[in-house]
Amino acid sequence: MTIWTRIVQRDLRIAWRRRSDALSSLFFFVIVVSLFPLGVGPEPSTLRLMASGVLWVAALLATLLSLGRLFAADHLDGTLEQMLLAAEPLWLVVTGKVFAHWLTSGLPLVLLSPLMGLQFGLEGDEIAVLSGALLLGTPVLSLIGSIGAALTVGLRAGSVLLALLVLPLYIPVLVFGAAASGAFASGLAVTPHFSILGALLLASLALAPLAAALALRISLE
Amino acid sequence: MLAAQSLQCVRGGRQLFENISFAVPGGTLLRITGANGAGKTSLLRILCGLLLPSGGEVLWRDAPIRQQREDYWRELRYIGHLPGVKDEFTAEENLMFAAALSGIDITAGAARDALDRLGLGKFAHLPVRMLSQGQRRRVALARLALPDSNAALWVLDEPLAALDTDAMDRVLSLIDTRLAAGAVVVMTSHQPFSVVAALHSISIPV
Repeated sequence: MTIWTRIVQRDLRIAWRRRSDALSSLFFFVIVVSLFPLGVGPEPSTLRLMASGVLWVAALLATLLSLGRLFAADHLDGTLEQMLLAAEPLWLVVTGKVFAHWLTSGLPLVLLSPLMGLQFGLEGDEIAVLSGALLLGTPVLSLIGSIGAALTVGLRAGSVLLALLVLPLYIPVLVFGAAASGAFASGLAVTPHFSILGALLLASLALAPLAAALALRISLE
Repeated sequence: MLAAQSLQCVRGGRQLFENISFAVPGGTLLRITGANGAGKTSLLRILCGLLLPSGGEVLWRDAPIRQQREDYWRELRYIGHLPGVKDEFTAEENLMFAAALSGIDITAGAARDALDRLGLGKFAHLPVRMLSQGQRRRVALARLALPDSNAALWVLDEPLAALDTDAMDRVLSLIDTRLAAGAVVVMTSHQPFSVVAALHSISIPV
């Protein structure tokens, strides 16, 4: 367990010392979201209808953009190789790295989403549903993404392949995450959607680190 | 203590080597020689368990390493081609993290001592990005100078490359001390060198 906290501390410290990396995917999210009202037009009813979908797709793409950082830098300088030879199970190391990745990429999106929601004219409780769904969904994006990042580490056209591998796997999160806001807008209960997002989170928490650890061993052979 | 049974390695459809077998007791230095591209690095990676051999088995304390995994890696220290140090961190931070990965807990003072023994004492607090290639190499090698009683196997890929004579002497004396403590050291080197302990040499034919 100590290795887990050491990895989280280390990756957070790296993220802080290279904070432009984390900030750039955050700005990417803000800009993509802000482009939609400009392109679609200022009609409030249209904007409110599409707000959750736009935010979710932008969150997906911003996460994808930041996934390249997860293992690539450690692979280049050889620290990833050392992690494969750690005295603790590799999945524990991977879990630490994914948690640090979520803290620096997913969580800022969640914290910024209320502001983005206001841009689309959402009401307070609509914003709460949207941000709550993102809070449950973004860790799943990081976890599933870690498998793709592990499989493509060290490949030349890795980032395109990573998108092709990971985006289809993001579909369930996108569907149920965005649908939570839709259900709330039409007066239906949101708990089923939140339950499914929670189930996705638990399932990916149990399986993704094992799969990513295995993928890393194969990629670094 | 460390043994290999008819190891075979096939990379990208090409056979690098086959029938590599040896058994070395504790306190031995195993030197692996061979021409460029003969598969020395692949052999070292197989011994570490980073690469699965296409055939054969690596035994550590008479048991296959793939059945020991973390228990084996707790005793193994591998220094490969890549230094495994982070540019954003100071030499001291790098060393402390490397120690944590190996499952040993060291103080900042112990890390500074280790850097001192490689002649890097003055640079302990500088980010590694400001150091030269040779100094980075020394930061990686400083892991060998840590107070580390678990390490019973060192696997070193060209540890003497890019070092000046002073650093070479320091590294060789660390190797001597570790061999005297009963560990096995496996290394490749193009430079001639000498150690006090028993030297076992195997050559990979091209």
